[in-house]
Amino acid sequence: MTAAATPRESTPRPGTATDRLQRLLALVPYVISRSVVGLADTAAAFGVTERQLVDDLNMLWCVELRSPDPYCPIDLSYEGGEIVVSQAESIDRPLRLGVDEASALLVALRMLAEVPGMEERSALSRTIAKLEAAAGEAAAASAQVSVQVDDNAARGVLAQVKTALAGKRRIHLSYYVPGRDEATERDVDPMRLLVVEGRTYLEGWCLRAESVRLFRLDRMMAIAVLDTPASVPGDARPVDVDQGLFRPSADDVHVLLELSPSGRWVAEYYPCERIEEIGEGRLRVSLRTPDTRWVRRLALRLGEDGRVIAPPALADQVRADATAALALYA
Amino acid sequence: MSRRKTERLLSLVVCLLSAGRFLTATQIRDAVPGYPDSFEAFKRMFERDKDELRELGIPLETGTNSAAEDEAGYRISRQAYMLPEIRLEPDEAAVLGLAARVWHQAELAGAAAGALLKLRAAGIDAEETTQPGIEPRLRTGEASFGALWEAVRDGRPVTFAYRAAGRSGPAHRRLEPWGVVNRHGRWYVAGHDLDRAGVRVFRLSRIDGPVSFAGPPGTVKVPPGTDVRETVRDWDTDPPALRTAVVRIRPGTGHGLRQRASACGPDPRQAGWDLAELPFSDVGWFADHIASFGADVIAQEPADLREAVMGRLKGVLA
Repeated sequence: MTAAATPRESTPRPGTATDRLQRLLALVPYVISRSVVGLADTAAAFGVTERQLVDDLNMLWCVELRSPDPYCPIDLSYEGGEIVVSQAESIDRPLRLGVDEASALLVALRMLAEVPGMEERSALSRTIAKLEAAAGEAAAASAQVSVQVDDNAARGVLAQVKTALAGKRRIHLSYYVPGRDEATERDVDPMRLLVVEGRTYLEGWCLRAESVRLFRLDRMMAIAVLDTPASVPGDARPVDVDQGLFRPSADDVHVLLELSPSGRWVAEYYPCERIEEIGEGRLRVSLRTPDTRWVRRLALRLGEDGRVIAPPALADQVRADATAALALYA
Repeated sequence: MSRRKTERLLSLVVCLLSAGRFLTATQIRDAVPGYPDSFEAFKRMFERDKDELRELGIPLETGTNSAAEDEAGYRISRQAYMLPEIRLEPDEAAVLGLAARVWHQAELAGAAAGALLKLRAAGIDAEETTQPGIEPRLRTGEASFGALWEAVRDGRPVTFAYRAAGRSGPAHRRLEPWGVVNRHGRWYVAGHDLDRAGVRVFRLSRIDGPVSFAGPPGTVKVPPGTDVRETVRDWDTDPPALRTAVVRIRPGTGHGLRQRASACGPDPRQAGWDLAELPFSDVGWFADHIASFGADVIAQEPADLREAVMGRLKGVLA
């Protein structure tokens, strides 16, 4: 038996009838479990407008069952902007958690518990235990999804970074850039710590680059917290992590590479703009980068498994690099 | 249309929850407004409604109130329906809010939001506010994540086309998936490969095209004591470095290599170079790495490593 995979069960598209039903079923217990419930706050909590919320409340109030005798099981009011539910015994508790719901939170909580330097470890383990108990059987599948968090930053680096963040102080970094095989010295005004898929980054304003940059903690070769207060420019925008950690810019060089089947991994490791199959397992990929030095190193590593097609000057440069290196083997 | 459906489904849930006993289809039609008069049309609509409620996780049971009844009825047991009591301290609610942000726009983001909605409805004030200073995220860019999670969750075997490293074309694989693991920022699925008859690990980014189910739910049995994280770790871990390379490094370069060197200092025989001893295991991978430094790092020994680096560099010029 073969069936095409279907979209997630318990996550209907917003705006569908079942989506609204989920909200309606949560609304009554939400009101009942709180002492004072205002229309505005409730609308915000459910991510709807006040008008939509009032429509939801009216729909709940209008529920009428016709048999054996007609009756209205839900009684509520929202006069003066305060919601009061006076009768709703059948739906006064929220629906139990589904497997996807329990798993989403448990996988995330267990990942957080592994983040190096997390101060909330005790709260995390208590929350995990309570959630597992409340979810019951629905919690079991979450054990089959796991996120490993790397903890290979040099000793003391994380503590220094946190000190700088807490005290809003500038730091000095010796930062290794493997793509260019370069240890760089730079001053950075820290903004926040990011843990993206198991790797820890410091996001900060780099005074050398004059822009927001991400620095992997395991590539900080040395760090010093300076006495200078950090001063992040007001227009410094945090990296939108969901759009990827690499942000192309208008000044970037367009690089075109052709890859053999053994070189296809490049398309997985680097943020390619376009990936095109060109037959026999070969790929043509294009990427944009502000600095082509790492592409030269990549091309040397690939040997015959990768070829720079454009820009032509970069292709020449790579051949010159290889010739210079080979001369030393003579 | 959709509004009437919401009203009908809501009434149906309230009706079945408050009845406290099994109701026949006819009793349900009499009690719940919004169903068509024709019994056939009602039956079709009711079937769809039942499916929708079950998809939402509402425990709709089928049965009879006593052995004397011969027509099966429907009910929602309050005990099975409701979320058990859960109380969180403020610090616990705070980490819950942080956890709900982890998936953000990734695969289980909707599920996390749904869970948070129910927990809020249980009286928990978990705000999705940013913890000052720390922002953890998971991404599921791989198209196959959703289908594989579903297969793992429901215990269903899957098939997919997989392009192993260095292969020119994808190969068809049949897998009983045991778990999905993120390691060093990449997603893997581990399980029992039905064709190779053994434990295998696949990288999601190398799955080519859709993942299809190849069996009904509940047919995959994960062997007791399986730790999928360990399975992926064992598969991904480099073999121990048993050999030692001698390389020349130009001063001021090769920082990454220097950090792993067992010995490093000025080359006594050649001025202007440092000499380093480096442990390694795989000649091919290590030769690629040395070649990437170009004229800054020169492999001296062993001979096979030196040959492999030269081969890489000649390949650039080929």
